[in-house]
Parts: sequence; C-alpha cells; structure tokens
Amino acid sequence: MKLKSILLLGIVLLAVVVSLWMILQQPRWTEEEIITLRNLWIGSLPALPPDPSNVFADDPQSALLGQKLFFDTRFSSSNQVSCATCHKPELMFTDGLPLSIGVGTTDRKSMTIIGTAYSPWQFWDGRKDSQWAQALAPLESVVEHGGTRMQYAHLIANHYQEEYEAIFGPLPDFSDPVRFPAIAGPVDDPDAQAAWEGMTSTDRDLVTQVFVNMGKAIAAYERLILPAPSRFDRYVEALLKNDEQTMKSAMTSDEVAGLKLFIGRADCIQCHNGPLLTNNDFHNTGVPTRAGLPLDNGRAMGVMKVLNDEFNCLSQWSDAEEMDCSELRFVVSEGEQLEAAFKPSTLRNIAETAPYMHAGQFATLEEVLRHYNHPPLSPAGHNELEPLGLTNREMAQIIAFLNTLSGGVDAPPELLKAPLNN
Amino acid sequence: MNKQKIPVIITAAITTIIIIIGFVLLMPVIGPRFLHPIMMGSEPLPANLDASSSRLSDDGLFQVSWSSDPTKVPLNQIHTWTLHVETPDGQPVENASVLVEGGMPQHGHGLPTNPQVTEYLGNGDYLVEGMRFQMTGFWEVKFVINSGEQSDSITFNVDIK
Ligand code: HEC
Ligand code: HEC
Ligand SMILES: [Cu+2]
Repeated sequence: MKLKSILLLGIVLLAVVVSLWMILQQPRWTEEEIITLRNLWIGSLPALPPDPSNVFADDPQSALLGQKLFFDTRFSSSNQVSCATCHKPELMFTDGLPLSIGVGTTDRKSMTIIGTAYSPWQFWDGRKDSQWAQALAPLESVVEHGGTRMQYAHLIANHYQEEYEAIFGPLPDFSDPVRFPAIAGPVDDPDAQAAWEGMTSTDRDLVTQVFVNMGKAIAAYERLILPAPSRFDRYVEALLKNDEQTMKSAMTSDEVAGLKLFIGRADCIQCHNGPLLTNNDFHNTGVPTRAGLPLDNGRAMGVMKVLNDEFNCLSQWSDAEEMDCSELRFVVSEGEQLEAAFKPSTLRNIAETAPYMHAGQFATLEEVLRHYNHPPLSPAGHNELEPLGLTNREMAQIIAFLNTLSGGVDAPPELLKAPLNN
Repeated sequence: MNKQKIPVIITAAITTIIIIIGFVLLMPVIGPRFLHPIMMGSEPLPANLDASSSRLSDDGLFQVSWSSDPTKVPLNQIHTWTLHVETPDGQPVENASVLVEGGMPQHGHGLPTNPQVTEYLGNGDYLVEGMRFQMTGFWEVKFVINSGEQSDSITFNVDIK
C-alpha cells in the first residue's frame, strides 16, 4: 500500500515535471515553418529590382539631387512643406499622425518610404505604379505641397540649374513670363489651371519634362532607403545556423510564441509575407471609415486612376518598354474584391509608426489586434478576415513579436537628414 | 465494498486526472492543430492531389504542361509561364486560343493579376504573361484551350512556398 502511493506520487511528479519542461521549452519549428521563417527573413530580400521606367533610378548624382528636393520646403505653396514634413527620417519616414498635415489636411495616413522601391504599387490604393510617378502627386496636391509644376520648374531653374543639367541635360529657358507664368499646372486651383491651359502644348511638355525629372531624382534617393535587420532577423539567422544560444538572446519565449501565431493560427502571413512582410497586393480587411471622412473605396478607385495616370509605366514620360510594364498590363481592374481594398503595410518598424491603418483609425497595436480578432463587417465590399479566437495573452504575444521587427533604416546617416548645401 | 478495490479505483482515477491535466498543459506546446483542421492556419496541399506540371486535359483532348521563369515559382513577383500543348499522341497544337483562370480554393479568392497568353512561341508553346501569386499555399491554375473545333480545359494544382 505504501509502496503503491509512493509509486503514484512519483508518477504524478514525473508528469508535472515533464509538462512544465515542455511548456518552458522554446517551441520547436517544423521543416515547413522554417521555410516560412526563411521567407520572412531580411536575408531573403532580393537585390533591388531595376526600375525600367526611370533610367536615372540608380544614378548617384540623381539621388543626391533627389535628397535635396525631398527636404526642400521651397517646393510648396506655403514655403513650409517638403516631403520630409510627412516623411520624417526620425519617425521611420512617417509623421506619427492619423491624417497628415501639409498645406491642408490629407484624408489618408502617411506611409513609410523605407523599402518602397520593392513595391510595384504606391499609396494605400496603389494609384501610382512607380516611385517617380508617386513623388509627383503630393507636389501637385492642394492639401500637401499645394504648388504647381510651372512654379517648380522655375525653382529648379533658379536654385538647381547646374545639378539638374549635369544629370538631365540642358534646362529649357523659362524666363519669358508670357510663355511661362509663375504659377500654372493641371491642379485643383482654377487660376493655375487656366494659366496652364493658356500655354502651348509644346511649352507645357517642356515644363512637364522638368517636373518628371524631379520625380525621377526623388525616386533615386528613395531607392537608397532600405530596412535594416531587426532582432527577428537575428533570430531566424541563428535558427538557420542551429545556434540556440543566439536564438535565446534574440527573442524571448513570448515573442517566439507570437511569431508562431503570426505564421500559424492567426495566419497574418497570408498578406504580410515575404521579407518586407507585405505581399504588396490589395485586401479588404474591414477597417472602419474614419469619422468625418467619406467612404474610401480604396483599390477600386486606385486601379482606375493608375490606368489613366498621365505618368504611368506606359506613358510617354516613362522610360520603360511595353514589356516592362507587366504589372500595369495584367492588372485586375474590376471586381468586388477591389472594393475598400488597401495595400498591406510593411510590418518592419511597425512598433515605431503608430497610429495605424489607411486613415490612422487605430492608435495602438492593441486596437489593431482586437480588430483582427473580431473583424467587423466592411464599410464596403467583403471583409476577407475570419475571426481568430485569440486570447488576450496570445494577442499580447503577437504584439511582442511585432516589436521585434524594429530594426530601423539601412542607409548612410548623411541620407537621413537634409543635405547641408541646399 | 471490497476493500482491495479502493486503491485500484483511486489509481485509475488519479491516472485519468493526470492524463487530462497533462493534455491541457501540453496544449500550448503542441497547439490545437491536431484537434481541428480549421485551426491549423495556412493549410498544406490537400492529401493525394496531383501536383504534377504535365497532365492530360479534362476530356483527354490535349496533353498540357507548364514551366515557370524563374523555374521556382516566386512569391509576390510578376513572372511568365510557358504552356506547352500537344495532342495525346505528341503532335504540337498550333495557334490555339488559351484563357487563364485560377485562385486559392481554400481561401475562396481568384488570381491577383489577370494573366494572358500573349504570344504563340511555336512548337506548341504559348507565352503566359502576368502570373503572380501573393500567398503561400495551394493554388489552382486553369487553362481553357480552344483549337479549331476542339475545346478542353485543364486545372493544375500548384503549391507556392
Ligand atoms: C502632407 C503630407 C505629405 C507630404 C508633404 C508628402 N507625403 Fe508622401 N504620403 C503622405 C500620405 C498621406 C500618403 C498616403 C496617401 C494615400 O495613400 O493616398 C503618402 C504616401 C507616400 C508614399 C507611398 C508609400 C507606399 O508604400 O506606397 C511615398 C513613396 C511617398 N508618400 C513619398 C513622398 C514624397 C517623395 C514626397 C515629396 C515629393 C511626399 N511623399 C510628400 C503624406 C505626405
Ligand atoms: C487579408 C489580408 C491581411 C491579413 C490576413 C492580415 N493583414 Fe494586416 N493589413 C492588411 C491590410 C490590407 C492593411 C492595411 C489596411 C488599411 O489600412 O485599411 C493591414 C494593416 C496592418 C497593420 C497596420 C499597418 C500600418 O502601417 O498602419 C498592422 C499592424 C497589421 N496589419 C498587422 C497584422 C497582423 C498582426 C495580422 C495577423 C493577426 C494581420 N495584419 C493579418 C492585410 C492583412
Ligand atoms: Cu489566399
């Protein structure tokens, strides 16, 4: 009898110890999971894809000029707004606001510039198909820079003529105020619009060419802004080398548990996959409309805009051959799945770029996770998300994992501030 | 009650409790994946599915095969395929018209792009441009082939990693 109870006690103890040991153990990864993790690892990021639509994309001089333009507030109607107003290097090239403030207020949240050279589509709705075409949009938006391409061409002539000509060749002579008024462009301002329509089409093309080249220089600069490795990348690298010591020091067990959920049960990698943690496609995730803003139908409108864009890959301003424009030629241009669909953001540095979603609807990652756990009906179209049934602890673990994706920017420090000799 | 039976019953009861507690404690480790397929997250290729890249079309009219450039089908990258169509006895099928469809049956969505056959390359080969897969997992890619009077279709199963 005594022997029996000792035996019993022994079994109980053994069971408890084994259970505890298994719980405290870092979870093991299956072959399948290791392939997935390798895909998310920054080491899997391919070489920067060429941009055939921009022959100046990889010209260092062009990038230098682009950097100056990126930080130059003269390129605005108020003399106070530059790209860096809403894409601050110290905030991972975002602005920390739900809606951005330039000359006016935008109806979308700012996005990071880091790694956007890898994206075939720019903006939340992908209404631009290259970085250079993208850069021209805020310059002529009435709520962002608020200026006109004619004004910018004069500024280039007055302040950047030498650098411009070294890259793009002779600058046209814009000094005749009758042919080239101070302000003119196809923008939402009736006077500027009328002045633009008063110009000959040859003169308009001369101005637009300078404007396009500004975009191409800015794009060359943006191409150099890439994500740096994070703790997550150290973890995966160690995992691939079977280096348990480094794995343990790179990520805590909660973070690892969050990662396991991220690629497993929560299935975030449907849309946040690849080394930038975005598939650069468009998805309806039922993010509510921001109070005070009209319904945003996202990609449905974005795709029409890019197909009709004056500066798209197939346009006269693009340097690409038709065969280089596959994304545009084979784009899906209709269907319910485009309604209220948006581009999944890169999740690299995500903990540093609150608030979240296309109109800053969520202030914190906690709110984001609650949204994913109980996805609501979409304001338009069909929400692709399914309820996840995560516990509070599991949501906290996923957030802990998202925090391991902060690695900052991989670019020389002199690129991360306004150049000195403006 | 038989006194000798009591320890046996107690042992049995305690063992049952240990097994249950052990299982509950182990849940976070093994995950609930063994309990319910829906909870497995990204599903693998369904069992005994033909994932070969060369197959006879549904009504047996054509022998069809595909290859991708790059050879390993990439994730999130637009790329091209070459489709080869021949009769079951090995004659290349010339200048057929080919439609491309597809999607992820387990997710209920279609292809993220609108791929098209843009060129007949000769020798029964067709250039398919605009292929792109934006999620890992099990995809179906269907080709509807029309050659003169003959029309048939073939659905390939593709596992994107
Ligand atoms: C007033 C604030 C503001 C200014 C100024 C501004 N942006 Fe933005 N930027 C935004 C907002 C808001 C978005 C998202 C807009 C949308 O999707 O409609 C955005 C999106 C972008 C994106 C898209 C990133 C992606 O992942 O798709 C790039 C690139 C970008 N901006 C670069 C620039 C450049 C270059 C300039 C200067 C020429 C500039 N921005 C000026 C607010 C601004
Ligand atoms: C069906 C595709 C899809 C899935 C699955 C998905 N996301 Fe997203 N994610 C998106 C899209 C699309 C956006 C942008 C939505 C918007 O702004 O309206 C986004 C935005 C985000 C943002 C905010 C990014 C920013 O810069 O504002 C975070 C954080 C995020 N997702 C995390 C996750 C996590 C964690 C999971 C898994 C629980 C997940 N996502 C699953 C598509 C998806
Ligand atoms: Cu899918």
